[in-house]
Amino acid sequence: MATHKYDVVVVGTGPGGYVAAIRCAQLGLSVATVEDDRPGGVCLNWGCIPTKALLRNAEVVNLMGRAADFGIRLTGFEASYPEAVQRSRRVADRMAKGVEFLFRKNKITLFPGRGSLKSKNLVEVKGPGGTETLEARAVILGTGSEPKSLPGVTIDEKIVISSNGAVRNERHPKSIAIIGAGAVGVEFADVFASYGVQVTLLEALPRIVPIEDEDVSKELTRTFTRHGITVKTGAKVASVKPGGPGAVLDLGGEKLEVEQVLMAVGRAAKVTGLGLEGIGVQLERGFVKVSPTMETSVKGLYAIGDMAGAPLLAHKAMAEGVVAAEAIAGKSPRPVDYGNVPSCTYCHPQIASIGSTEARAREAGRDVSIGRFPFTANGKAVALGDTEGFIKVIADKATGEILGVHIIGPEATEIIHEFAVGRTLEATLEEIIHTIHAHPTLSEAALEATLAALGQAIHI
Amino acid sequence: MAVTKVVMPKLSDAMESGKIIKWLKKEGDKIQGGDILAEVETDKADVEMEAFGAGVLRKILVPAGESAAIGALIGVIAEPGDDIAAVVASAPTGAAGAGSGAQKTPLRPEPTPAATAGAASAAAPSSRPAPVVPAGASVAPAARPVPAAPAAAPVAAAARPAAVVSAPAAVPAGLGQGGRVKASPLAKKIAAQTGVDLRLIQGSGPGGRIIRRDVEAAGSGAASGAAAVAAAIPAVAGAEFEDVPLSQMRAAIARRMPLSKAPVPHFYVSSEVAMDHAWELREQLNALEGQPKISVNDCVIRACALALLKHPGVNASLQGDAIRVYHRAHLGIAVALDEGLITPVLRDCHAKPLAQIAAEARDLVERARNRKLRAQELSGATFSISNLGMFDVTEFSAIINPPEGAILAVGSVRRVPVVDDAGLGVGRRMMLTISCDHRVMDGAMGARFLQDVKRLLEEPLRLLV
Repeated sequence: MATHKYDVVVVGTGPGGYVAAIRCAQLGLSVATVEDDRPGGVCLNWGCIPTKALLRNAEVVNLMGRAADFGIRLTGFEASYPEAVQRSRRVADRMAKGVEFLFRKNKITLFPGRGSLKSKNLVEVKGPGGTETLEARAVILGTGSEPKSLPGVTIDEKIVISSNGAVRNERHPKSIAIIGAGAVGVEFADVFASYGVQVTLLEALPRIVPIEDEDVSKELTRTFTRHGITVKTGAKVASVKPGGPGAVLDLGGEKLEVEQVLMAVGRAAKVTGLGLEGIGVQLERGFVKVSPTMETSVKGLYAIGDMAGAPLLAHKAMAEGVVAAEAIAGKSPRPVDYGNVPSCTYCHPQIASIGSTEARAREAGRDVSIGRFPFTANGKAVALGDTEGFIKVIADKATGEILGVHIIGPEATEIIHEFAVGRTLEATLEEIIHTIHAHPTLSEAALEATLAALGQAIHI
Repeated sequence: MAVTKVVMPKLSDAMESGKIIKWLKKEGDKIQGGDILAEVETDKADVEMEAFGAGVLRKILVPAGESAAIGALIGVIAEPGDDIAAVVASAPTGAAGAGSGAQKTPLRPEPTPAATAGAASAAAPSSRPAPVVPAGASVAPAARPVPAAPAAAPVAAAARPAAVVSAPAAVPAGLGQGGRVKASPLAKKIAAQTGVDLRLIQGSGPGGRIIRRDVEAAGSGAASGAAAVAAAIPAVAGAEFEDVPLSQMRAAIARRMPLSKAPVPHFYVSSEVAMDHAWELREQLNALEGQPKISVNDCVIRACALALLKHPGVNASLQGDAIRVYHRAHLGIAVALDEGLITPVLRDCHAKPLAQIAAEARDLVERARNRKLRAQELSGATFSISNLGMFDVTEFSAIINPPEGAILAVGSVRRVPVVDDAGLGVGRRMMLTISCDHRVMDGAMGARFLQDVKRLLEEPLRLLV
């Protein structure tokens, strides 16, 4: 057993950890990382990236299904789900290798194994080759999160699966109940339904994608229902028991028999087994409590990403990684602006949003003006044959401050960023409308929705 | 990796330039964020200047004893290997380029604008600051016949103090080079709607950009009413008289007071207060052991704070097309110094018991005299008190400190013959005179407020509950 000395040790190499490690290296610090899975974390290996590959497959399958709309007649086609999963694995592998490459390029040492804190600057790594001890001036924890379940229901990854199982299984069930209609739930609902699985989407709250604007929930419900997904909101799952083709769900009187159940009720921070208790790291509602520079209650120990609190998003983790790295390097980083984190969901139609929903803006007592523009009135969307959805802009009536933007529709997740930049620069509606948007683009709908908030939309 | 420009910070509302008293770090010293780099004399106080970046203090551009306008480059922090030539070249002329006396032919285009600007400055007959020309910018300013047309010089971001008189260039906070206010669109809109003058605000965004929170903070009481007016004072020294250079503080007073007295229509209301009970109470309180000593002024502060809450119309200021009424009483306390006066702010007096006011006021006044005030104590008053009681002054009237709406002038507590029902006796009396901004309030409002202050002081137990 040897002790290695570094300026910084990063435990966990998900999007928060690997970005923090690279930024530290850029700032001239010597860096080691510790990872018990593959570099890239859940995001690259089991989350964001492989699911986007599966969703692209779903999109292609749906497009093939309506090839006749484009005057292309197919005499049947076979969509192989195992090959879709294999493709998504190749995509994930490539991205994980990309992280390994970036580590080499930035002279970052990777220690495979499980890291835990012996003291605030000693990390013990239990790896395949034995135990190593790393000593660091500063430690960044980014161990992420794991799927939660309902009380009394065990995720066995056979009948009751989590997103971890869903991205690995090369065989899809004939029927599935998805519990939870947040981003993970609706994305898998789209993938499975596209491959002909009978999907029942269950949400305890009164609407699906409940953190999004109400109008977005309505639009998605309409589209999903049209695509044959059974949507049940206000649904309370009393129990999940083995039976029937796989599992029987008790929905409070009503029974639902399905081959598999996908548990998508949320994620919990991974904060156990790290030695946090031993050195007195304070937690807050299950997450590690951090300062605006991501420092925990223990000086020199930083926490970033999912374990440091909501929103549990890769891009938030990356931003926090940069802040932590710069703080350690003695810079004065701008803290993460949690009010301006875009939220993106990649089902079809895509959903993207930033800032307040209409309801929250009104609750906050703002006098708002609303602009809406449907993609049916956008030339590019019509040409693409992808006209579902709309853009909704919520602004302060007096100042034109952009309080929130909600997009559901083609490439929503790409369009959102003009509003993200606008909000960072404190642009108002006027700056957006005085920015010429190229024609024909989907982004013109952003311009039109903004114009609509001022009662000046041209194309509707 | 990163080169950090050290610029003259804006340390108070009215500050337009600052003088480096001394550098606490020297070139080559390692710097961490938060280190105290230098002591700066502003118009109000001597303030310590903190470093924002980390690295090595590579270059000091404004030596001790010289002044620079806010926002002007005064030093550079960078890593030892970083190339700082470009940043230094963009520095204001006085610091970097002075000393080259060679005057260029006025109309000849000049390949190195920064150097020319420096030469022009050295040659200029008046104390006008030299125009700042960003390195690599067009040569137009340099091509101007500089000595003949000093008045045509664009607003400078740096002051070049002349030998005799230090005439700081008046560069409002948010003004970047060329006079453009760097502010976000939202900040501009909110400022327009709330009547906040962006030129008077220091931005906290990247590169000093004014963002929403700066305007909102300014709107909540920190805004200064002073307009940005250049104060170019002719530098003439003769044998028959002596021109004493204006201290930073005297220059600020000279600049600000006409901005109050001329545009603000003052009216005055006076009242005599029987201080017998207050005097007695004070003596009793001061006899208690372990309690801070309470002055007459502390009683006046407490009385004003309570009365202001009851008369919010007096605790108000004109903000463009609206009157801003404050719900908290932040009292400015005028403190006389050898070279002028300063009005540090005691915040939330309405919520503080008399003993706390006494302790905090004493500390504030002491630090004001030692010029050790913190930047945040120099602005944000909603009402001020000026007390000349210690000079045996019967009564006087004070000039309002904009954007506040009123100021109370306090005279001495005098023993005078008084007539009451019992006949002729001796009593303690004190004159109060309030100066009010007639745009914000009327005579009756001022009188009612004063009546309440008087009642609180005449029934001083009210000050304790």
